[in-house]
Amino acid sequence: MWLHRHPRGRLGLILALPLAWLVVAYLGSLLVLFLNAFWSRDPFTSLVVREFTLDNFVELLVTEVYRTVMFRTIAMAALVTLTCIVLAYPIAYYMAKVASRRIRGMLAVAVLMPLWASYLVKAYSWRLILSEEGVLDWVLEPFGLKGPGFGDVAVWLVFTYLWLPYMILPIYAGLERIPDSLLEASSDLGGRGWTTFRRVILPLSIPAVAAGSIFTFSLTLGDYIVPGLVSTTQFIGNVIFVNVAQDLPLAAAYSLVPLAIVLIYLYLVRRLGAFEAL
Amino acid sequence: MRLEGVHKRFGEVVAVDGVDLDVHDGEFFSMLGPSGSGKTTTLRMIAGFELPTAGRILLHGQDVTAVPPFDRDVNTVFQDYALFPHMSVGDNVGYGLMVRKAPKAERVTRVRDALRMVRLEGYERRKPSQLSGGQRQRVALARALVNRPRVLLLDEPLGALDLKLREEMQLELKTIQQQVGITFIYVTHDQEEALTMSDRLAVFNKGRIEQVGAPAEVYERPATRFVAGFVGMSNLLTGAVAQAVIGRPGTFTIRPEKIHLAELDATVAADENSATGRIRDVVYLGSDTRYIVALDAGADLAVTQQNLATSSTEALALQGKAVRLVWKRQHDLPIVGEA
Repeated sequence: MWLHRHPRGRLGLILALPLAWLVVAYLGSLLVLFLNAFWSRDPFTSLVVREFTLDNFVELLVTEVYRTVMFRTIAMAALVTLTCIVLAYPIAYYMAKVASRRIRGMLAVAVLMPLWASYLVKAYSWRLILSEEGVLDWVLEPFGLKGPGFGDVAVWLVFTYLWLPYMILPIYAGLERIPDSLLEASSDLGGRGWTTFRRVILPLSIPAVAAGSIFTFSLTLGDYIVPGLVSTTQFIGNVIFVNVAQDLPLAAAYSLVPLAIVLIYLYLVRRLGAFEAL
Repeated sequence: MRLEGVHKRFGEVVAVDGVDLDVHDGEFFSMLGPSGSGKTTTLRMIAGFELPTAGRILLHGQDVTAVPPFDRDVNTVFQDYALFPHMSVGDNVGYGLMVRKAPKAERVTRVRDALRMVRLEGYERRKPSQLSGGQRQRVALARALVNRPRVLLLDEPLGALDLKLREEMQLELKTIQQQVGITFIYVTHDQEEALTMSDRLAVFNKGRIEQVGAPAEVYERPATRFVAGFVGMSNLLTGAVAQAVIGRPGTFTIRPEKIHLAELDATVAADENSATGRIRDVVYLGSDTRYIVALDAGADLAVTQQNLATSSTEALALQGKAVRLVWKRQHDLPIVGEA
């Protein structure tokens, strides 16, 4: 009875658990991370000194290797995102607007299938594919070619492979939501295929592409396993991973970098008006 | 506009089963029928969204059966309006002109004129999401008309509007059609709408056309049993009842409003027919009352009388009364080709 007459109480009951989780486990850990970034490490005792300082950020900015790693990571994330868009869009379009119901279902399973396998197994398989004398070299050998070997190209390939479903699914959902009558209207008013795509389909699917790119971009920024497996170059994730044991405050400060980048990215996407149609 | 033996099959389902049709220039032509009767599919074939399985579609003598929609001189007003949500009203209306690369200045004037015609002057910068249903409907109309097509196709354009707005828009559509002189082909399942607006109409059923004609003709001389039942309300007399009441075998229809209720001993003129029965049910409808009369010869007849001088209590008191039904002979219409 009380619940029936007090909608707020009802709402509170429903939301109590998820809210507690969000505040304590999710925001709590972020807060600790944030605080750590402004503390420092005593070089002799290796203990964390809990006093406010900006030294960590200064060090990140003045040390060349940190800057190089930062730019390399951002460039890689951008490149992976672009590649994913180029690969995912046609597949998503085919699924949403062309394929029959049966084929669409089969494609959806095919896209989701890799997500059921362990991420580590997939990354390791790519190590086998790309390694010296690996599967790729073996396939290309008769043509007098060689695989890219370990390095940035390998990292790009593996990331694109791993995150592609996260791009296909949002774009598919976005295209699916565009009513067919809009495409017919464009064609009815004289728009050929390309015009209809550029003037109607593309602008209406930008929010979906933006949503997908947020996944691929941030997942690439935060990953440290793939570069460790198929490359020797370092990315932000590797630097953090190495520093967690040695200098936690510095690692915390560095981990704020991808966070900041993602926030800026979200802001830019929002400014572009990509969320207006949602 | 001419359709010759047009068929459309979707897999096993036959949506349109041999439609022949001539629509004259400048005509307001309606395609009326229940859902699934093939009227919308026919419209979509005229627009070019569907390819007929067989048959030809001609526009001004030119075969356009396989011409894609963007090359047809035909525009469509969609049932859901299909306005581009990311564009302003002005850009929506100017879309066809923009795509066909009309100069900017011409575009602006023509968009303004089109919006004025649908009484939405100055709405260029609004977004479709900021408009009411009726306004969206008008933008969709302006967007199609601005291209000055030879034929305008309207797919149940008023279906989503409430009754009051619908009636307003019916008048407005008709006025606009007369103003621009473009051929309108109008799909609807609402028989009243089709009767009030059209110069001529075609009644669709199960993928075929049952009758084509002017509204009065279709209403007063329904060619088939289906048309009699679908366009307005109608009584059907068949078999032995027809023999007893009309005096010859066949299938006859009588409109409920053509029948008078009279006393049992009322005189019947030479040009009139009559039947006796008992009032089984009285339905008070406000301006009219509908009486269901069980004929002594069998079968029920519906009779509609205007409540000119009758109060509701008087009308309801008639229940159970024995009456004579009288109508002019010219109003019992034989349906040709049915026994």
